[in-house]
Formats: sequence, C-alpha cells, structure tokens
Amino acid sequence: MQATAANHAWRKIKSALVSALAFVSAILVIAPLGLVFFYLVKSGASSVNWDFFTQLPKPVGVVGGGMANAIAGSFELLGLAAMIGVPIGVLGGVYLAEYGSTRTNSLLRFIADVLNGVPSITWGVVVYGLVVLRFKGFSAYAGGLALGFMMVPLIMRTTEEVLLLVPNGYREAALALGVSRWKTIVHIVMKTASKGIVTGILLALARVAGETAPLLFTAFGNRFWNHSLSEPIAALPLQIFSYAISPYEDWHRQAWAGALVLVIMIFFINVLVRFLTRDRMANPT
Amino acid sequence: MMITPAAPSLAGSIAAKMKPPSRFGDKAFEWLTLAMALAVVGLVFLVGWQLARGSSLAIQRFGFHFLTTSTWDPVAEQFGALPFIYGTVVSSLLALIIAVPLSIATAVYLTELAPVWIRQPLVSLIEMLAAIPSVILGLWGIFVMIPWLRDHPFPFLKKLFGWTPFFSGPIYGVSMLAGGIIIAIMILPIVTSVSREILRSVPNLQREAAYALGATRWEVTRIAVLSYAKKGLFGAVILGLGRALGETMAVTMVIGNTPQIAASLFAPGYTLASVIANEFTEATTDMYLQALFEIGLVLFGITILANLVAQLLLKTMTTKMTSRVAQ
Repeated sequence: MQATAANHAWRKIKSALVSALAFVSAILVIAPLGLVFFYLVKSGASSVNWDFFTQLPKPVGVVGGGMANAIAGSFELLGLAAMIGVPIGVLGGVYLAEYGSTRTNSLLRFIADVLNGVPSITWGVVVYGLVVLRFKGFSAYAGGLALGFMMVPLIMRTTEEVLLLVPNGYREAALALGVSRWKTIVHIVMKTASKGIVTGILLALARVAGETAPLLFTAFGNRFWNHSLSEPIAALPLQIFSYAISPYEDWHRQAWAGALVLVIMIFFINVLVRFLTRDRMANPT
Repeated sequence: MMITPAAPSLAGSIAAKMKPPSRFGDKAFEWLTLAMALAVVGLVFLVGWQLARGSSLAIQRFGFHFLTTSTWDPVAEQFGALPFIYGTVVSSLLALIIAVPLSIATAVYLTELAPVWIRQPLVSLIEMLAAIPSVILGLWGIFVMIPWLRDHPFPFLKKLFGWTPFFSGPIYGVSMLAGGIIIAIMILPIVTSVSREILRSVPNLQREAAYALGATRWEVTRIAVLSYAKKGLFGAVILGLGRALGETMAVTMVIGNTPQIAASLFAPGYTLASVIANEFTEATTDMYLQALFEIGLVLFGITILANLVAQLLLKTMTTKMTSRVAQ
C-alpha cells in the first residue's frame, strides 16, 4: 500500500520535472530572438540616422555614408519579384482550390511543398545559368527573377488555403444566377478571400525581403544608384553581408544599422499581417 | 386569336435560334490557372535541368571521384567535394542534435503543458524568430556569438572533454560547432511549429483515455500523444534536416570556410552551400564554374531527397489523422 503511494508521488514528481524541462526548452527556443534583437538595437540604433537613409556608401576609409541605394534597390527587387511571384502563385492557387481532381491537386501541392524546401542559394545558381550567363551580366532583372521563383510556391499554398475557406454557398448562389464559373471565382470567391490573398502575398514578400543567397550572383550589389534594371543593383541584405565580413569598423557599425532597419521592415509586415488576419477572424466569411 | 397559340412556338424558335452561352471564358480561365499551377512542376525541372547542364563537363571529367576526393584546387583544376559534403552533413547533424530535443519539448509544452493564456504569445514569438533573415543571424553570430563561444563555453568543453578527438585542438571561435549552433537556431522555429501542428492533430480521445486510466500529465503525453505522433514528428525532424542542409548565409559567416575534414568540432569547416556563396563570383575558369554548378546539383539532390521523405512522412500522418477522425 505504502509502496503504491510512494510510486504515485514519484510519478507526480516526474511529471512536474518534465513540465519544468519543457518550460526551460521553450525559454531557450525564444532566447535567440531576444538576444539578437537586443544586440541589433544596442549596436545599430545609434547609426540609424538621416544620413543612413539618404546617402550613398562612402569609399573605403571615409567615415559616414548610408545605404539609400540599398534600401531603394531592395524595394525595386521586391517589386520585380512580385510581378513574377504574384500572378503565377495566385492563379495557381485558384486552380488548386477551384479546379482539378483531388489526385492531381494533392500531387501539385506536394511538389509545391518540396519546392519550398529548395535551398535559396540554388535559386541563385539557376538564375545565374538562366539569365546572367545568357545576357552576359548581373542585373536587377536576374535578382527579381530569383526572388520571384521563391515566392511562387509560398503564395500558391496560402492562396489555396484562403480560397478553400470561402463557403460553397457563395459559389452556388452565383452559379444559380447564371454567372459563369470564372466570373464567380474572380468576382465572388477571390473577392471574398481578398484579404487572405493579400496576407499571403505580404508574408511571401517579408520572407524574400531578407534573402541574401539568391542575390549574391544575380543582383550582385552596387555601391551607386542603379539607373537601369539591366545593371547590377544594391540590396539591403547584400550590403549587410558585405559590410559584416569586411575588416572596417565603420562598416560593421553600418551593417548593424542596416540589419536593424531590415528587421524592423520585416516585423512591420508581420504585424500588418496579424492585423489583417485578426480582422478576418473577427467576422468569418 | 392567332397570336396566342403562336406565341409559345415563336419563343421556342427564338430559343432554338439562340446560340448556347459561350464557354470560352470558362475554358480560358481554367487553362490559364492550370498553366500557372503547373509552374511548380516546371520550376523543379528547370532547376534540375539548369544545374545538370551547367555541370555536364565537370560530371564527365571527374565522375564519381568528385564526391569521394578531397582536393579542392582551382589553379590545378582539381575538384573534389568531399570536405564540403562532410561539412554539410556534420554541421546539419550537430544542428539536429541541438534543435530537435528543444523543438519537440517546446511543441509539447505549447500543446500539452502550458497554461492556455501563454500559448499564443509564445507561438507569435517563435514566428518572429522564424522571420529573422539568415544574414542578420550571421551578423549576430560573427560579432556576438563567436567571441562568447570562444571565451566561455569552448574552453570549458575543452577542459571537460579535451581527451576526446571531438573537443581537442586550438580554439579559433569560427568552427564546425559554431556553424551547427547557428543552423540549430535557424531550424528551431520550423521544427517547433511543424511538431506543434502534429501534436495538435492528435485526437483528444487519445488523451482522455489515458487520463481515465489515471496517468499523470507526462504519462499522457508520452504514452498517448508522443507515441501516436511518432511518425509525424520524425517527418518534422527530416524537414528540419532539409532546411539545415541548405542553410547558407548564417553558416557561411561563422563556420570558418576551410575545406578540410577534421575530427575536432573546434576546427573550421566548409559546407556545400557556403562554397557556392563564397566562390561563385570568383570562378575564373569554366571548369571551376562547372564544379560549383555540380556542388549545387549535389546540394539540390540531397535537399530534394530530404524534403520528399519529410513530406511523405507528414502526409501519411495527416491522412491517418483524418481517417481516424472520420471513424
């Protein structure tokens, strides 16, 4: 009798111990976030100033300068990437949600998920072979294409998910009124799910905004303003990388500042997304 | 008098003369969306084809020796990828050893043990960690993590385990172990969130049955939840492995970029992804570029394999779940 009581107590202690361990693990998992953010603010905040947003990089040895061209370049690259990733991703997602047999769709979904796992550096190599070698030069187009390819499976999957949330009654009501199928999809289904689709696009943009590896030998980077999209272009992540591995103290300082700005941009998009999706949760359609 | 009986036949003849509604828009839209959906298949082939085409000469010249020799000499045009394959595998395994227990324990905490009010904030924080770009983690790695590792944990590890080959030799800071740690941080969020999804999809009946038998919280988790979700959790781990193998920027910045095979985890290493990132724009000869394309092909091959296995495991898990629920 006593043995069972002791055994019971021991089982309860063991349960509490494991709970404590799991709690410590959770703390350890989010610790890097706190540490990275702390050092970004500590080492970067003082260098984020007017010059940072308005000046070009200064030559080696000259203190000061900023990353104006890299910030603009990042936005240009994201714009180019969106022009490829958004139409292919959204329309592909429409097919997965509205057409196709269960069998083909689960296969396409599977391939999209596998494609999502392709290392980002691979996209750089592929676009190098596809564009840079063929047109004999690094260019903004090449960088945008690499990022755009990465966005396709991301957007396709999120678009499909939000379209499936639209109740079938909406489709049936429109079709019963004699509206053709494609107009039903475009004007009723996609319109109802538009917030969700935009959310997916924003998340994909936030994801590729921080990518460096696919840009290393496509967009290549540039220390000056880019005047033509068929020339090399600067990007914030590229600039952070080249400054971080440089031997100059002043460039390290600017790398931290660039990293802080990039992280704030990405977190801002994520907060915006949360705001949009909370609205969707509030009145489910 | 004549109009009334004529009217129906008139309407009927108009209906007969009317063209059926055009289905062109519908067909065109369906084909358009199908073409876009097929883009994912096209992209997989595009990647494979480009990499194979770019490395065909190197494949012809080096054959299987490319994978089994360890000379990397661009000047003499001798290329062997073994040190990079070794570095990729070892750093990824180190990352898994560090990240998997932490991730699964966190997923268990989030689904089974944590008070409900704390779950959503924790999940949001993990999503934020996932949103930190690789290059920024690398920056932090160079200037914060490496000096700290060099001054505190590494000498300690050397004192404790210096008698084994794994923790001997000089400490530089940049090392295979540092690479493994930074990759671990990169894959923590994805392994945690996929594991959490898996645990959440375990039917509550499983838990209730175990509770009804008088099991404690941990016993419920171990017997009813973890053993049930084993296959799916394995899928989550392999998915993490796939990400670890292809991780580029952060690891390039901390692993030391030295093509060697050393037993010591304090020695610098090199990975497949890092050598592409570092040397691609410096590749001056055709054969050098070809060799780097072949490295890309090897990397693509092993990550596709890891992802295929992971997705298959996760898929069987989810179909099992739904069929159980249907019953």
